[in-house]
Amino acid sequence: MRAAYHYIRRNPSLALGIALLSALALFVVIGNLMVDTENARPLSAPALRPPSADYPFGTDRQGRDLFAVMVAGTPLTLRIGFTAGFIGVGLGTVLAFIAAYYRGWADTVIRGVADIGLTVPGLLVLIIIAVSIKGTLTVNQMAIIIASLAWLYPTRTIRAQVLSLRERGYVEVARLSGMSGPGIIFFELMPNLLPYLAATLVNAVSAAILASIGLEVLGLGPIDSPTLGMTLYWVNFNAAMINGWWWWWTAPTVIILTVFLGLFFLTVGLDEIANPRLRRSA
Amino acid sequence: MRPAYIARRFGVFLLIVWLAATLNFFLPRLSGQDPVRAKLLEQAALGGYVQGGIEEMTREYERRFGLDQPLWRQYLTYLRDVSRLDFNYSIANYPRTVNELIADAVPWTVSLLGTTTLLSFGIGSLLGALLAWPRAPRWMRWLMPPLWALHAIPFFLLGLILTYLLAFQLPLLPIFGGYSAGAVPALNWRFAWDVFQHALLPALSIILVSTGGWALGMRGMMVTTMGEDYVLFAEAKGLKASTVFLRYCVRNAVLPQVTALALALGQILSGAVLVEVIFGYPGIGTLLYQAIRENDHFVIQGIVFTVIVALGFTTFVLDVIYPWLDPRISDRRG
Repeated sequence: MRAAYHYIRRNPSLALGIALLSALALFVVIGNLMVDTENARPLSAPALRPPSADYPFGTDRQGRDLFAVMVAGTPLTLRIGFTAGFIGVGLGTVLAFIAAYYRGWADTVIRGVADIGLTVPGLLVLIIIAVSIKGTLTVNQMAIIIASLAWLYPTRTIRAQVLSLRERGYVEVARLSGMSGPGIIFFELMPNLLPYLAATLVNAVSAAILASIGLEVLGLGPIDSPTLGMTLYWVNFNAAMINGWWWWWTAPTVIILTVFLGLFFLTVGLDEIANPRLRRSA
Repeated sequence: MRPAYIARRFGVFLLIVWLAATLNFFLPRLSGQDPVRAKLLEQAALGGYVQGGIEEMTREYERRFGLDQPLWRQYLTYLRDVSRLDFNYSIANYPRTVNELIADAVPWTVSLLGTTTLLSFGIGSLLGALLAWPRAPRWMRWLMPPLWALHAIPFFLLGLILTYLLAFQLPLLPIFGGYSAGAVPALNWRFAWDVFQHALLPALSIILVSTGGWALGMRGMMVTTMGEDYVLFAEAKGLKASTVFLRYCVRNAVLPQVTALALALGQILSGAVLVEVIFGYPGIGTLLYQAIRENDHFVIQGIVFTVIVALGFTTFVLDVIYPWLDPRISDRRG
């Protein structure tokens, strides 16, 4: 406990990231006890009420209780982000190991695809995928659409890490003592890569959430789910800003800010664990 | 700069163009049916909404991409159309072509995005360099935390907040659009000033966010560069501090930044699309948003293809000027 406290003092970004995300989790848990998430559906409250005792975050034009929308929508948005992020980093790790450990033509192909894919604006490709799907999207479909591009960046960065790790002395020793390729990957390389993978995962989750909100604001989201991005879509659709309905966009904006800042500081903190050399400059 | 290097980079560019066209052709067809045809037929059935035209379009579309044609022939037809930059008509704005719509929107996006990217890259890199420089004024240290925090926010979210503060609460700047409702687009100072005022908020939200990113990257590179022996040597020789800073440190530290710029262009553009939507700025992003709302498949495809190709070309140009920035690269295989 004391050790953890001392470490946190040395790494305030990590503490800040964890604090922000815990606050968000707390909000969802307590919110679930206070409000019925059924009220996140349209027509469950009087329309366009500013915040009051009954509706602490106000209500929107279609009669959703915005408090309920936030309580129901925050986990949905995070779910899209985490699902896509996990798939992306998982796939990216496998591809990166194949590329960097075995090299050869597999490396050329994987690196080429990742490099080219990264120069293409991801949101536009996601738009083409999303408009190609018939009917309304579900939250899970959203996650899979976003995961289809989420592996590019992890593949690239993890590959670079593996390339530098595989030249280390202990890998050489393992190879000389007759350890198999997969053995070296799982027992020698993987454990040393874990902190780095964690940082990459948080990054990927953040990017996936950004992509999901982007698609949703453009109107390509799960139209009947109260995610944070869909709420912003309705804000924009109804021109809430110009009409002065400030409470409608304040709640989702604050929550999205908390999500991104929390994830960002978490990455910075994890980066410091993964790459101790940063400590000198920080 | 060797021709082989340029040729290889150009090959990558052509590959991107081909990939974009192929994605555009196959993705909508993966769902088993052709949503373009479905949309056209739906419009034709509704009638009235888009005066005539639709029927001819449907007939023309059937002729070129009809089910009686094998898939590979449809694909070749599509590639041929795309290589001539023929994206067909806009379904919602018939008889305007997709090209005309895009041509109207492109100047807005290019000027907004070009200016903001150059400004934030320049300011951010300089700021980052100064942040790492021990002789920089102390107050600059205080810039770091806000830059960090801003860097983590999506462009459009900052745009929302700025709009509320600077256009709604304090009505200093216009809230929406690319120029005032009554203004007549013309080449005079009055209109230019109007456009400038409207561009200020979207530009500000992009610049404030991305400057932080460039500053962070540059600061990291500067810290590494300043530890190099040649910097120590330059200082020991008694060179002027400004010379060491600009010609020894910044000159070397900025190189990875340029690489990062080439990689970040796609992300910047994705972000800018949303900024345009939030501000109703009459560029590519807003056009895309309207096309999505009207289910105008040809416009969506046209925009996606054009933007991917334009960005691919920009990356190609950056690749070609890179050896000029970093002479070391021309020695090894690019």
